[in-house]
Amino acid sequence: MSAATPRRPADGRDPVRALLRGVGAYLLVALVLAFFALPMLWLASAPFDRRPGITASLPDFTLANFARLWDNPNAVNSLASSLVLAVGSAVLVVALSALAAYALSRVHIRGRDGLLYALLLLSSIVTGTAAMVPIFLLAAELDLVDSYLGVILVLTGGLLPAAIFILKDFMDTTPRSYEESARVFGASPLRVLRDVVVPVVRPGLATVGVWTVAQVWGNFLIPFLLLRSPDKSPAAVVMYTFYTEGGQPDLALISTFSLLYSLPVVLMFLFVSRRYGFRLHGGIKA
Amino acid sequence: MGAIARRTALRAAVLGAGSAALAGCGSALDPRGDAGGDVALTVATNAVSGGKNADEADWIEKWVIPRFVARQKAKGADVRVAFLPSGVDDEQYKTKLALDLKAQAGPDIMGLDGIWVGEFAQARYIAPLREVAGDGMADWEGWRQISPKVRSLARFEDRLYGIPAGTDARVLYFHKPLFRKAGLPTDWRPASWWDVLDAARELKRLEGVTPLQINAGTAMGEATTMQGVLPLLAGAGGWVSKGDRWYGDTPQLRAVLGFYRDVYGSGLGDPRLQQEAKGRDKSFERFAEGKLGILAEGDYFWRDVLAPETGTAAMKRRDNDVGYALFPARAPGEGLGGRDHVSLSGGAVHVLNPHTRHPRAAFALLTALHSAAALRARLGDSAMITERDDVNDVVLDQDPMLRFCAEAALPVTAYRPPLAAYTAVSLALQEATAQVVAGKSPGQAARAYRKELSEVLGGSDHVIG
Amino acid sequence: MAATTSSAETATRTGEQSPDGHGGEPERDAAGLGRRRAAAFVAPALVLIALFLVLPAVWTLYLGATDYRLTGIPAIDPAFVGLDNVTKALGDDDFLHSLWLTLLFVLGSAVIGQAGLGFALAWWMRERTGWLKTTLEALVMLAWILPSSVVAFLWIAFLDRDGGTLNTLLHTPGAAWLLDHPMLSIIVYNIWRGSAFSMMLYSAALGNVPASHLETARLAGASGWQQLRDVVFPRIRGHVLTNLLLISLWTFNDFTPFLITAGGPNGATETLPVHIYKTALGSGELGYGAALSFLMLLINLVVAVVYLRLLGQKNKARRSGKRKTAARGSGGPTDQDAAPAAPHAEAPAAKEETA
Repeated sequence: MSAATPRRPADGRDPVRALLRGVGAYLLVALVLAFFALPMLWLASAPFDRRPGITASLPDFTLANFARLWDNPNAVNSLASSLVLAVGSAVLVVALSALAAYALSRVHIRGRDGLLYALLLLSSIVTGTAAMVPIFLLAAELDLVDSYLGVILVLTGGLLPAAIFILKDFMDTTPRSYEESARVFGASPLRVLRDVVVPVVRPGLATVGVWTVAQVWGNFLIPFLLLRSPDKSPAAVVMYTFYTEGGQPDLALISTFSLLYSLPVVLMFLFVSRRYGFRLHGGIKA
Repeated sequence: MGAIARRTALRAAVLGAGSAALAGCGSALDPRGDAGGDVALTVATNAVSGGKNADEADWIEKWVIPRFVARQKAKGADVRVAFLPSGVDDEQYKTKLALDLKAQAGPDIMGLDGIWVGEFAQARYIAPLREVAGDGMADWEGWRQISPKVRSLARFEDRLYGIPAGTDARVLYFHKPLFRKAGLPTDWRPASWWDVLDAARELKRLEGVTPLQINAGTAMGEATTMQGVLPLLAGAGGWVSKGDRWYGDTPQLRAVLGFYRDVYGSGLGDPRLQQEAKGRDKSFERFAEGKLGILAEGDYFWRDVLAPETGTAAMKRRDNDVGYALFPARAPGEGLGGRDHVSLSGGAVHVLNPHTRHPRAAFALLTALHSAAALRARLGDSAMITERDDVNDVVLDQDPMLRFCAEAALPVTAYRPPLAAYTAVSLALQEATAQVVAGKSPGQAARAYRKELSEVLGGSDHVIG
Repeated sequence: MAATTSSAETATRTGEQSPDGHGGEPERDAAGLGRRRAAAFVAPALVLIALFLVLPAVWTLYLGATDYRLTGIPAIDPAFVGLDNVTKALGDDDFLHSLWLTLLFVLGSAVIGQAGLGFALAWWMRERTGWLKTTLEALVMLAWILPSSVVAFLWIAFLDRDGGTLNTLLHTPGAAWLLDHPMLSIIVYNIWRGSAFSMMLYSAALGNVPASHLETARLAGASGWQQLRDVVFPRIRGHVLTNLLLISLWTFNDFTPFLITAGGPNGATETLPVHIYKTALGSGELGYGAALSFLMLLINLVVAVVYLRLLGQKNKARRSGKRKTAARGSGGPTDQDAAPAAPHAEAPAAKEETA
């Protein structure tokens, strides 16, 4: 993409070269656009195909796949379960990480950075398969098996370090003067956070929220291990059920469900980006 | 939700007497055991309505459970039964069950792959049926209908852990129109490996046709072992294990690997198909489209994949166009036990949770899942090899292919050893075939297998040869 | 949030207009939290983390020192084997191969791919508006937020050798990308999947680079590359490191390649998370799998330390950079022009002051 930047100032003065450069830049952009769009074609064609295959092609149009999916006892329900898990985790992650990131950003606690890195690294173990036995036994001991809360707490615990990490960087870069003014007027720290800091870091909170929802929305292992009742299964688990005894995918159901399964996160993205915008702030402070 | 009747060690310690009373209530000796009161049972199998094994799930939920509950009610017992569906990979389902059982929780009745019985028993996740259900279990009428061979699916170290839920068999499928085109007989009955390779060579002359697929490599997973290595090994007169020891680099294994080299080294099989993550699905599609001549598969391929209406790679003219034959021995009489032909079988087993609070009610439900009437209801007008001879006599008439499996394949079939180490050994076998497909010599691959074997078994003590 | 919008906007506007340089001290306790209240703010998160992250993680590390298995005899009676699992792994070709693949995957798809493409996208978008930018941004974000099981199917369909979209476009029927170029395939896949995060981070970062400085450099005859090196990079160094740290860690632990290739063909894409999955869930060797997780943690640690070493240099650079900014007269009117016109521009503008 660096083609978009003029290599020499002289380029600007040569109209032919400038034109070529412009065309080249847009070609490159078109290529990138294609790169991101093309893999998604399957999602647009297969659900409407009478006999969907593993390839994207002009569909032999039908809506029958949707009707079949509608009749499936678990499919539609599972989206509601996913919603509960995703919203629950997102609220917890955003609220707790904002509180923690703010405090860690404003008050120096010895060993803070080391602790954050350590937690970030540990989170990679817990999201892996090897930790499933401890996680399951822990949940069983706390009576959290087959409860949404158990899944939400486990997922939140795993996502919090990265969320705090992102948000702390964010908070570090916000100006302090308003907080001080607010404090002069007698606002409590919680109020300062709510009324002064949160509005400023809103895009960051939105980003962390969307990130959490996307992580939870796609997570299979934890809800699979911890939930038991069929009506609690989230979409990520139900997606795995559209296979036959020998492991053959039922592509009609899978593609159609993929579309429905993706829609909520897409809508959420559109909503959040309209309302709050996505901005990340980063840069590690020492 | 009643699925998790938890009694972890910590709980027991905290709750003390209360929990002991609960435990007493559940013991088979307790006179109050199942009489009256609140009996809640759960059944779990890897089946889910609208998804994987949907027929089975619907049958348990809508046929077995309501009738069982009604019959218990008629006897004056109030029983609630819930079905816990799953629809995931076997490994994931197994993991979940193992974790539940480890926490001394889990469903009262569960379906296991027969091959897991040994490792679950060793971990004391499950107990012999007689210990859980009491001596009364021997009185069930169904035992007489289940042949000892099928019953061995549920046995480990000479003890019976549950009731087998049907069995299956592996055969060679061939595409009759392609055979006709290649000038081969449509009532093909190969008598030796040579015959198979010969037919494949004829098929190779057809444009755009893969002659033969014998599963190889790790991408196919257990399908490589079940549908490839083991039937071939049995055909060469060898086997994987003896007692709790495993054969290493044997002449029979080398012969098997040599067969793989003959198939994939000379273009008779498509080695790429064996490496793709979705290669097995693709081989099914190719067979259905008439681009694959011979395929080694289980009867599930016939029942579920090719089924004219409902199959994932449906063939409208399946009954006319698809032929099937037994795996031949390497040469007549060279198969395991001096046989001319071989097959390989597996199957699920329904077991009781040793921690069930209502062992007698649970056993009653277990047998209800295996009554002749229930099995006939399960099959409807489709066919499957069930565990019961009396049911097989009736239902297999509907499907000559399955009758063939039951009458020709089952007598010469073998079951995999129900040992915990089997999974690792199976993986090592898959790797050996992958090496041959990738171009290594059978000798090299067999030596590497021997080495891998002693690694996964923790030394050479458990390796023969 | 809606209730606070007005105060937010007030803060925003003031933020843009009075760049007084107060934001530069992360340690300053502006809101008068005090240690005790700060601890109370951190506590809920820490409790959750301690219970649901640290405890299982430490437990897993302990399992790594046993021969614990999911089933069979070691399931009831696991033996303590100390570092045996670790030494076994270090002598195991499969593990070393898998480690090599993981490093390749991280370097290719995250450090070079996502960071590079993410930066390029952010650079191209920085002064643009309009449908092309919106569409591109939305597609990139979409690739990031779609569930992985869906994404896996998309890529299997895209790369399929018989009728995949890619082969149709390139007129290369039968090209088996996933078999002939398995690592390349999953690296390209992961660039597609994860560039959004780098794009967002760099977009924010580039908002901190005053257009006036770029203009000055351009007038002074600096090439595009020189502008990047001398004007842009010093100002976004911190973002680069945060970004690399997070995407490396995430890519290191990414399990999605399994859904596309199942680790194949013949282990050619069996990265560590896939290897651990096969060990722990496939073969039920939980003790050994846990030990592998421990090794993975150590490698992640090394990677993080390397990045932090680079960070140390950055701090020096940053401090001197700050002095320079101050000398140039912080917050000339052109600096505000540098901030995107979006209503959320407040923070980038503020950030500029800290840089």
